Amino acid sequence: MRKLALSDEILLKIEKPARYIGNEVNSVNKNKDEVDIRFAMCFPDVYEIGMSHLGIQILYDMFNKREDVWCERVYSPWPDLDAVMRKKQIPLFALESQDPIKDFDFLGITIQYEMCYTNILQILDLSHMPLRAKDRGEEYPIVIGGGPCTYNPEPLAEFFDVFYIGEGETVFDEFLDIYKEYKKVGRSKKEFLERAAEIPGIYVPAFYDASYHEDGTLASFIPNNPHAKEIIEKQVVMNLSDVCYPEKPVVPFIKATQDRVTLEIQRGCIRGCRFCQAGMIYRPTRERDVEFLKKTAQAMLESTGHEEISLSSLSSSDYSKLPELIDYLIQECSARNVNISLPSLRIDAFSLDVMSKVQDIKKSSLTFAPEAGTQRMRDVINKGLTEEVILNGAAEAFAGGWTRVKLYFMLGLPTETEEDMKGIAHLAEEVAKKYYEIPKEQRRGRCQIVASTSFFVPKPFTPFQWASMCRKEEYLAKAKVVKDEIRAQLNQKSIKYNYHEADVTVLEGILARGDRRICDVLELAYKNGAVFDAWSEYFRYDIWMKAFEELGIDPEFYTLRERPADELFPWDFIHAGVAKKFLLKEWERAKEGVVTPNCRVKCSGCGAASYKGGVCIEG
Amino acid sequence: MKVRVKFAKEGAMKFIGHLDIMRYFQKAVKRAGLNAAFSEGYSPHMIMSFASPLGVGITSTGEYFDLELKSASSSEEMVKRLNDAMVEGMRILSIRQVEEGKAGKAMSLVAAADYVLTFREGKEPSEDWKKKIAEFTAQPSITILKKTKKSEKEVDIRPFIYHMEENEGSIYLTLAAGSSNNTKPELVMEAFCAFLGVPYDEWAFMVHRSELYADNGTEEERHLVPLENLGEEIE
Repeated sequence: MRKLALSDEILLKIEKPARYIGNEVNSVNKNKDEVDIRFAMCFPDVYEIGMSHLGIQILYDMFNKREDVWCERVYSPWPDLDAVMRKKQIPLFALESQDPIKDFDFLGITIQYEMCYTNILQILDLSHMPLRAKDRGEEYPIVIGGGPCTYNPEPLAEFFDVFYIGEGETVFDEFLDIYKEYKKVGRSKKEFLERAAEIPGIYVPAFYDASYHEDGTLASFIPNNPHAKEIIEKQVVMNLSDVCYPEKPVVPFIKATQDRVTLEIQRGCIRGCRFCQAGMIYRPTRERDVEFLKKTAQAMLESTGHEEISLSSLSSSDYSKLPELIDYLIQECSARNVNISLPSLRIDAFSLDVMSKVQDIKKSSLTFAPEAGTQRMRDVINKGLTEEVILNGAAEAFAGGWTRVKLYFMLGLPTETEEDMKGIAHLAEEVAKKYYEIPKEQRRGRCQIVASTSFFVPKPFTPFQWASMCRKEEYLAKAKVVKDEIRAQLNQKSIKYNYHEADVTVLEGILARGDRRICDVLELAYKNGAVFDAWSEYFRYDIWMKAFEELGIDPEFYTLRERPADELFPWDFIHAGVAKKFLLKEWERAKEGVVTPNCRVKCSGCGAASYKGGVCIEG
Repeated sequence: MKVRVKFAKEGAMKFIGHLDIMRYFQKAVKRAGLNAAFSEGYSPHMIMSFASPLGVGITSTGEYFDLELKSASSSEEMVKRLNDAMVEGMRILSIRQVEEGKAGKAMSLVAAADYVLTFREGKEPSEDWKKKIAEFTAQPSITILKKTKKSEKEVDIRPFIYHMEENEGSIYLTLAAGSSNNTKPELVMEAFCAFLGVPYDEWAFMVHRSELYADNGTEEERHLVPLENLGEEIE
């Protein structure tokens, strides 16, 4: 049997020891002497969150299909174990072999949200590795980052040797082949990084220098190494039915956040909501072949024994073969006693019919994401959902027996007025009214409307990347407007209102559009105790603000400024398919409240057509 | 039909708690393709019940759960199929058909359990404890302070220690188990250490459960039968 990195005494004293022992169904064990490359794949958050992430499962499966690579997993040790590891000087280890991370060839970190940045430093620190790439010699693994946050990697630039910009399925084979060759002949890390920098999508931050204007904005960003390219091209997979998909995902022992088979039916989104980064950076929308999905669903259910399957995409209703796929799944899953969970469906007659077949109406709630309270505001963000559609959907749902409705909104969107904030309360009220229009004897008690607001964070590669944010106090004042207005509604007792924390939003905004100078802040905040910032019980806004102050960096430079059209952004060296010119045009249209049709209605010439695939070449 | 599955839980698997082991087996039965019966409703559940939860940190070669099947193949084949769906540390030891109905439920049958306690390296008491076992068990009563969430009370555990002996440095125990008089081996060790006059250290020894028994005897005399013996091999 494998020897565990942690003693019985430690494992029995900490919460959920199953997070650290590996050995799960479908986890991969190899003989370390028979592989050339050892790769530690990290999701920098707690096990249950990390294990729910499809991207890691895809890469884990893909890497381990290679005989010369052993890919293992590592997640953030929870604060209880973190304290023990520091006290006892235990180096962070990978789950499969239980070997220290610092003995690996690579530490790959998927960066899914800004609030995990300090956890990345925790991973490096607990692995007994210097935090900064320049301080890590030949003996340390190469640290590589990927995932949506790498579309602005600059706030993390100092800590990584390499970033990979794009979808993981494309150039990793080439990358690993070159590494293997270089390792065999004993070439240096720098030589490898120089060669790697020539691979499309590979960005080596040390090979670039940034300079700044007096006002703090970026003046130039240029390569300092002849191997480094001026523009890094995002890598995309054009045929999603031809590419590897993990038929045997790892099945955790403890309940993960997503304890089910996840079937990714398509990538990208045709809608073009102006706040949505995923909707821009995953362009063009590409569907997976329905026969491929049927076959994969079956294989995954068989290999995992999961009791539930879920469809994953940014907007499942836009998948062209959805009825066929769902019919198949309903049949297949009822034979196997497997539940189906259907997120992100537009509420209409079709989806209500499907949901009534797969869910217990009494227990489930319906979700609408109007995102904004007034039509004007929805036009600004290009959310093609009208009040009429929402109210008709709600009426149909209530008639069908549902009594619980969730409504998601954002506050702090560009051009927002008080009327837009109040509109959130009014829309919730209109939805509630629809319920009480049903004759009393046919109703089942009171309806429950839950309106939730998050505060909008402008992201790179969206039309709102030029937009300004608000101060914490202003956000809270906006939430109060909504709260008071809801309390003034006739059906206020049926409406519950939640809002997201404002201080996390401010920090997320800084990290999302930050530059290299943020690296110092990040390191100082981490050293002063910031970690697990995504967890409200651990988030410490004061530590962050103190770090900004101590380093003389003004956080409001990153949040409060509306950027001029010609500003050079820290992420402009990345070419993500959508052209800056298109984004700027969308920004102008947003301010005028003009909507842009979705990709299937009319091509808007965003630039993604250059990949020659997906929705761009349909019909 | 109802079958009783006997399994072992060893190695790193001892860190997986009871509820997660239940989830683990629900998935394993599906992977193995056994034709399990399910409850009705929107989220159907496999009809499965475990004999006795095993604490985190304890290994076992004598765990049981009962499983309702719609159809079955031979015991041998089902054992093989389920074993193919196991991870390292989990082993299926037998699958046998048992009587239907509540009376035959593994959980309500459990009356006793065997445990093996082994000292960790260098953690053996310095006292010559081996010879003292006979003296310890010869006491007419062994009172311990049993702590519950609400109160503490004195309990005599002597009647619930059915057997205790030393063999090759390990302590073998047969203790009352199940819904009444369930006695934890740690409790016996605590009493034994007190008897020896040495401090009790919960990290000094490892606990292994090796069997669960039903009591087929009378009120006067116990007759312990391993739970699997109540079932029959399916040919």
